[in-house]
Amino acid sequence: MTLLLVGLGLGLAGAIAGAILPVRVRVLGTAVCSSGACVMTFGAATRVLATGHAVTLHSAAVLPLTGIDLRLDPLGALFIATTAGVGLAASCYGVGYAEHALRSRTATAMFPLFLTSLLLVPATSSVATFLVAWELMALTSMLLLLVEHRHRAAARDAFQWYASMTHIGAAAILIGLVLLATNAGGQTFTDIRTHAATLSPALRSIAFLLVLIGFASKAGAVPLHVWLPRAHPEAPSPVSALMSGAMVNLGIYGIIRVSGELLGGGFLWWWLVVIALGVLSALYGALHATASSDLKRLLAYSTVDNIGLVLIGVGAAGALLVTGHRSLAALAMLAALFHLVNHSAFKGCLFLGAGAIERATGTRDLDRLGGLTRRLPFTTVLFAVGAFSISALPGFNGFASEWLLLESLLHGFAAHGAATLVALLAGVAALALTGGLTAAAFVKAIGIGFLGQPRSDGAANAHEVTPSMLAGMALLATPCLVIGVAPGLLATALDRASGVALGTSSATPLRAGLGLGLPGIGSAIEPMLLVAAGLAAMLFTFGVVRLVARRSVRRAEAWGCGRELQTARMEYTATSFAEPLGRVFADVLRPDHDIEVTHVAESRYFAQAIHYQTRADDGIERAVYRPVISLVAVWGAFASRAQNGSVHRYLAYGFVALVIVLVALA
Amino acid sequence: MTATVTTSGLGASIVTSIVQLVMIVLGGPLVLGVMAKVRARAEGRIGAPIHQPLRDLRKLLTKESVHAEHSSAVLPIAPFVLVATAAVAIVVSPLVTTTPVLEHSADLFVVVFLLLMGSIVLALAGLDAGTAFGGMGSSRAMTIGALAEPALLVAILALSVQAGTSNLPKIVAATLAHPSWAAGPERLLAFVAFLIVILAETGRIPIDNPSTHLELTMIHEAMVLEYAGPELALVTLGEAMRLGFLLSLAASLFFPWGIATSTNPAHIVIAVVALSAKVVVIAVAIALLEVRTAKLRLFRVPELLTGGFVLAVLSVVTGLVTR
Repeated sequence: MTLLLVGLGLGLAGAIAGAILPVRVRVLGTAVCSSGACVMTFGAATRVLATGHAVTLHSAAVLPLTGIDLRLDPLGALFIATTAGVGLAASCYGVGYAEHALRSRTATAMFPLFLTSLLLVPATSSVATFLVAWELMALTSMLLLLVEHRHRAAARDAFQWYASMTHIGAAAILIGLVLLATNAGGQTFTDIRTHAATLSPALRSIAFLLVLIGFASKAGAVPLHVWLPRAHPEAPSPVSALMSGAMVNLGIYGIIRVSGELLGGGFLWWWLVVIALGVLSALYGALHATASSDLKRLLAYSTVDNIGLVLIGVGAAGALLVTGHRSLAALAMLAALFHLVNHSAFKGCLFLGAGAIERATGTRDLDRLGGLTRRLPFTTVLFAVGAFSISALPGFNGFASEWLLLESLLHGFAAHGAATLVALLAGVAALALTGGLTAAAFVKAIGIGFLGQPRSDGAANAHEVTPSMLAGMALLATPCLVIGVAPGLLATALDRASGVALGTSSATPLRAGLGLGLPGIGSAIEPMLLVAAGLAAMLFTFGVVRLVARRSVRRAEAWGCGRELQTARMEYTATSFAEPLGRVFADVLRPDHDIEVTHVAESRYFAQAIHYQTRADDGIERAVYRPVISLVAVWGAFASRAQNGSVHRYLAYGFVALVIVLVALA
Repeated sequence: MTATVTTSGLGASIVTSIVQLVMIVLGGPLVLGVMAKVRARAEGRIGAPIHQPLRDLRKLLTKESVHAEHSSAVLPIAPFVLVATAAVAIVVSPLVTTTPVLEHSADLFVVVFLLLMGSIVLALAGLDAGTAFGGMGSSRAMTIGALAEPALLVAILALSVQAGTSNLPKIVAATLAHPSWAAGPERLLAFVAFLIVILAETGRIPIDNPSTHLELTMIHEAMVLEYAGPELALVTLGEAMRLGFLLSLAASLFFPWGIATSTNPAHIVIAVVALSAKVVVIAVAIALLEVRTAKLRLFRVPELLTGGFVLAVLSVVTGLVTR
């Protein structure tokens, strides 16, 4: 606990340092404090995960009326350790990034504060403390989103979406938790947990739905995701990495903590709703990721996709728990948590990589990138590690967790009840479909973004980014590879966390050495052996080819179908790459096409110029949110008619109101 | 005592896995030759000898490598990754024997994602030269792959639900123990889905035409247009291995009879012969299908693959309902 408090204290010290230090030392000072905070909290969290014992703290001094309650148990510790890892990488990366942005007083003060709040949320153990930490996280992230608003107007738009969604969500969480606290007779999590069974089913279900709205919107689950593809891309890249790698996790944390742990599982339909949200998010996110040509937007939609996969696992765990399959439930929960941790590593790495590209080339539009392998060799390799991990290729961490997720669903087919089976089957189908779509999206990201010829001057004149930025990316790429070859290393920690989440004392049917195995169904993976076999096969093939084949290599112009010159304009772009999939899934993506043909003056059979534009807007935003926004706007216009600034009119309102009150009282 | 038994068991399974590998490395190109021969005969031509693809490989190995001007290290590395992923998939899968080396890792998910890895690096190689044709090939190949991989995964998953494991050797062993499963409706549905995936993954008619050289209709050929010499030989070999592997996997999963359940050399020989016979039957059937059908328009292909995916899901549903 001391380590945790020292860590959080360092975070606050970083915020103060960022606010008062002169500009030259400000960036370095805050980075040192934030890194220290991450290292300390990581140490505290790993100790709890290693021993399995929770530590608690109550202090009446800090927060008036209720005091603060902190409790670090394995479930919270897993989230804190993950956040600390991403936070350390982002802090390190921020030093190099701050040469350009994130150096204003607001930015340097808010970044450590945001990080501290992210580290604090999973350690809180009462409704009041939780809500304070949650709101701190929301406010600091909003301010960080606005840091670059002078350069990009889109940041302001993103801010409005984020602010409204996050406050609607926070209000729902507030009402839900307060409802539970008042009826349980105490506001600490322990009170709620002990009295949960005595609460009426209707009350529990209402509270569940309220907190689900709040937490699912923070996690970015469809249809509450609309802020995410705007806010995550528009934030400065280290903040994007923290948002996608740590903040969305806390939405999942909230669902697990409140509905799973505190309310003890509840009813089957809760979890079927969660699985439905997951399936919807996974497919919708994956489809939009394949269609996006803005690199950070692609990554943001892929976050929606991965959060969907995690929700499928969490929902399956809840459903299996409620139907009485405790150990299968623990396995599904373990798989979901595993994927969440892996997602933090690779998505953090990818967002930092996208920031590096933006820094080096001045754009993040894939249609204007290309030819970066020679200009940004290290960034290319680190980004590729992230991309291969997210595509679940064997030997990378995404593979291990997606395998486990699929196995846990396959295991779950042992359950009975048509509704559960249908939900699990939908989960399997979604997992399979997103696998292929994610691969297409990330082939596009690497193939168009890094390979080929540069498509703009910015890409042609790019230079490798600073060592601190590369170190930040490497800090997240390393776990992708290590967990990828030896997924068994995390098994104990995940097992403890999932045990807490479901209120069971572990005992998942998972056997872990370096690989993972499920003796119950006789399935296992040993990624290290697979990687070794693959490398051996490559070396052998290489040797054979060296022996028997001619060794001369000639450089020549690419085949141009008889045309002499191959320019960058003839290359495929991200938009053209995604066009066939966009057409296949046109019903969901509904892309808008604009074609303008200018004819030459002499004859309309000859075109002078063709202007083609295509965009895939968020269909849910258009269908659900736009009508609501226009209703609000109509109401606003109506209300503003009553408020025209005339003192006479306001006096008249006062008089009329007084008369009404008098009449009513009389 | 136990240790020596395990070691000799390991040694034997390594040997049989190498038998599998050699068989597919040589057999994959021969299957291509058989299919070309069947097509030629059906069209009233004599056709090239069956071992022509192997001769082509030898010829390509002696030629010079040509790299496109703007290409990076991805272009020369990709063929090795393609061959290596196919080789690992072949080594771990139950094709000749139900006890291949690394049998515990022979998971359906492992095999599907190894194949996906090969497809991904090849698609990246297609984009590496920065040409319009390579991009077109990669884009189309990934579009088809994005729909074919899920169908393959779910089709094998249907067998897993029935056998209660996703471990491929155990699925094959369970099928041997319950011969009546092979005639079940879920197997039929899964088999059709699997066949559609094979056509898509290996670029056969009606999805892609392997013998086309008209740029605008090419998918696979457009993607590998920049390859020459030994690297083209590796790409061709890798694709032939994938074809041979998928056909053998279909044969083993759906009609496993003849597969060796021990390391007895006589059984292995029988298994090699049986597998060759099964693969040739499926290959001839596909070749005859190719002669009789026209290539689909590109944007009709997803409908076929979605059909395959739906069949695979239906197969899982059938399995769950009838268990």
